[in-house]
Amino acid sequence: MDSDAGVTLSAEHRAALQSSLIILKRNMNFRRVLFWGKIWVGEDQIRDRKSIYSINCIDWHLLPPATKALIDEVAMAAKGRFMGDPSHKYEHETQEQEEGGQTTKVKVNEEQRLAVTVFTIDNEVAVVPRGAYIKNLQGIAQPNRSFEGLNPSEAAELSNYLHFSESRKPRKKNIMEMANLNPSIDFLDPLSEDIPKGSWIVHFEHGNRVCTIKSLVWQGLTFFNLPMTPWHGYLYMGDGLKNVDLSFML
Amino acid sequence: MEAPGDSSSDTDPRQQAALNFKAFLLKSSTKTNQNLYDHLARVLTKVMDERPPNAVDVFEDISLQVKANQLQDNQSTLRSIPENNAAFALAQEQKALFIRGAGDEQEEGMAETPLPNLVEQSFFFDQAEVGLGREETQRIFLALKQLVDTQHLQRCRFWGKILGREANYIVAEVECRDEEEEQAEETQKDEEEEEARDEDENDLLPKSTYKPPPSVPMEARSSGTNKFSYFVCREPGLPWVRLPDVTPAQIVVARQIRKLFTGHLDAPIITYPPFPGNEANYLRAQIARISAGTQVSPLGFYVFEEEEEEEAEEGARDNFIENPEFEGIPVPDMVESLSTWVHHVQHINKQGRCVWVRISEKTEEELDDEAEGEEREEEPDEPEPEVGPPLLTPLSEDAVVNNTPPWSTRISSNLIPEYAIAYVRSNLWPGAYAYASGKNFENIYIGWGLKYLGEPYTPPMPPTPQQEYPSEPEITEVLDPSVEEEQALKAAPEDQQLSEEENEGQEEEEEEDD
Repeated sequence: MDSDAGVTLSAEHRAALQSSLIILKRNMNFRRVLFWGKIWVGEDQIRDRKSIYSINCIDWHLLPPATKALIDEVAMAAKGRFMGDPSHKYEHETQEQEEGGQTTKVKVNEEQRLAVTVFTIDNEVAVVPRGAYIKNLQGIAQPNRSFEGLNPSEAAELSNYLHFSESRKPRKKNIMEMANLNPSIDFLDPLSEDIPKGSWIVHFEHGNRVCTIKSLVWQGLTFFNLPMTPWHGYLYMGDGLKNVDLSFML
Repeated sequence: MEAPGDSSSDTDPRQQAALNFKAFLLKSSTKTNQNLYDHLARVLTKVMDERPPNAVDVFEDISLQVKANQLQDNQSTLRSIPENNAAFALAQEQKALFIRGAGDEQEEGMAETPLPNLVEQSFFFDQAEVGLGREETQRIFLALKQLVDTQHLQRCRFWGKILGREANYIVAEVECRDEEEEQAEETQKDEEEEEARDEDENDLLPKSTYKPPPSVPMEARSSGTNKFSYFVCREPGLPWVRLPDVTPAQIVVARQIRKLFTGHLDAPIITYPPFPGNEANYLRAQIARISAGTQVSPLGFYVFEEEEEEEAEEGARDNFIENPEFEGIPVPDMVESLSTWVHHVQHINKQGRCVWVRISEKTEEELDDEAEGEEREEEPDEPEPEVGPPLLTPLSEDAVVNNTPPWSTRISSNLIPEYAIAYVRSNLWPGAYAYASGKNFENIYIGWGLKYLGEPYTPPMPPTPQQEYPSEPEITEVLDPSVEEEQALKAAPEDQQLSEEENEGQEEEEEEDD
C-alpha cells in the first residue's frame, strides 16, 4: 500500500516479520498486533500502542512510556537523524537563568527519543475512517463490528477521516453541521480541520481500489483504506523527524 | 407452533392470542409500509446465513442494515448510468500500454535497445527495500518502452519518481541523438524576436541606463547540467512531456527555496526569492541538483577517456566511458567503505553551472561604448574561478551536514551474505538510493524532491534598502515661491536694476556716440 511512496520491505524482512510477530503475540498476550512501521536509520522497527521496537525484526524490546517530562527533554536534546543505536546518548546544554547561569546538561538516550517519537506520531497523525470506531454506552471506544467501509465518494472527503487520539479542543460546530453528526461515531476530530490546510494528501491508487492519505507534517505516514470494505490501517516509514517547514512548502 | 392440520383456530385461547399477535406483527407500518413480522424474519435469516460471532451484541446494527437494504431495493427501479470517473479514464489510457504496436513484430533492435531492464533493477531494489510495487513497476516499464519507440533515443534510464501534492511525476532520463540542434536554434530565434520587439517600443521612451547584472549563460545541451534530457509523466500510460533545459539562475534560486510539487507542470512557483519559471523549470532544477548530488557508481566502472596530458586544462573532464575491464568489487568492501563508490555526475558549483564561466567579461557593445567615453576601468574584484570537485570523486569526500554522515551503506542481507547486494542511501537527499552487485549497479530517486537541511528552513532575508542620497541643501526640494513672494522679490531689486540700467543705458549711449 505504501509501496508507491517508494519504500517497501524486502522479502526477507517480510518473512521474518511474519514469524516473529506470531511468536510475539503469543508471548505477550496481545489481542491484536499490528505492524506499525519503521523509523529509519536502517532497521528500527516499532510497534503499535504498546510501543515495542526491534532492530532486526526478530528480537523485540519494550519502549518506555512517554510522559510529559520525557517529551520535553527529548524536544530539547535530540536533534538530527536517529542513529540506530538505542543506547546512543544525546546531550544538550541549557543555561539556567537563575543566579550564576549554571549550565545543566539534558541527556536522553535514543530509546527514549524513539518512545517519544512514536507517541507523538500516534497522537498527531493516527487516522481511522469515520464509523470504524464506536463509543459504546460506557463511553469506551471500540471497533465497530458492522463497519462496512466508506463508499468511493465519501472516501475522497477528508472530513470522513478522524484522528485516532484524544480529541483536542473541537471547534464549536453550528447547527447545520451538528445535524449530520452521529455522536456515537463522531467523537474524534476530523482531518479536515487540521492546520495548515493541505497537510494531508488524498490519492486513489490501483484504479480506485485503494485510497491512501499521506501526511506532510510527518513525512512518511501513510494511511490506506479500501473503499467499500472495512480494511484500513496506517503505516509510518520515514525519518522520525517532524516537518516544521510545511508552511513554506505549500 | 400450530399443528399443520389444525384449521380451526379457536380451540385454544393461547393459540388465539398467538395468532392475534402474529396479525399485529403483520400489520404494515404507516410510514414505511413494512411490517415487523417480515423484518424479524429477514433479520433472523441474515443471522442464520452469516452467523456473526456475538450476534446479540450487534443485533441492533444488523437490524439497521436490513432496513437500509430494503430501502435501497425499492429505489433500484431506475437504471443507473455507469459513472465515468477519473479511474475509468486512467484505465483507458493505461490500456494502451498493453497493446502491442503495429510495427513491433520482430524488430531488429532486439539486440541493443536503449530500454533499461527495469524488471531486473526492481528485483535488486526490492532487496534494498526501495521500490514501487510490482504492478506499478511493470506499467512504468511499458511506458518507458513507449517513450523509446516514439522518440529516437540513444539511452534511456528510469530516473525515479517525485511525489507531489496532487499528482506524482515519473521521470525518465534520456540522451537524445539529433534533435538537440534544432531545438537550440528555435530558442535563439525566439529570443531575437523578443529583443527586436522591445527595441521598437523603447524608441519612443527614454531608455533607462540601468543594465541588469549579466545573467550567467545556460550550459549547452549535452554538457554540464544539461547533459541529459528528462521526460516526465504523471501516471504510466499518460503522454510523456519533455522538461526544458535548466539555467544556472534557476538552480541558484532553487537552492534557496523549499517548495513541494503540486503535480501540474504549469503551476506557478510563488516564493521569495522569486523563481524564474514555473513548476516544470523547478522540477528540472531539482532533478539536476539531485542527479549531481546522488548519482553514484562503483569505483572503476567508469574511467576517463583522455590520457594524462589533458589534466592541466582548466575545463573539468566530463567524458567517461565504461571500463570494459571492470570486474566488480566484492560486496563486503562496498558496504564497508564509502571510497568504493564515486560520483559520475558533475558537481554543480555556486554559480549554478558545472563549468565556471567568468561573467565580468564585457560584451562587444559595452566595449564600444566605453572606448568612446572614458577610459576602461578594470574590475576591482575579479571573482575567482570556482572549481568543484572533479568527476569520479569517491563518496568518502562528501561534506558532512549537521553531524549526519552524507551517506549510509547497507548490505541487503545479513543472513545470506553470499548473494547479498550492497546499497547506499543518501542522507542529504532522502529518497536517493543506489545498489551495486558485481558488475550491476543502478541509481534511483523516489521522494519528495527536497534536500535534508538538518535545521528548520529560514527563507532568505530581503536585501537591505538602498542608501538614499544624504540630504544636502543642494538637492533638498524647496517650495516654489508663490506669486506674491515673487513679485515682492522682483520689486525690491527691480528698483536697483532700473537704476543700473539707467546707468548702463547712459554708458551705452555714450559709447554709441563714440
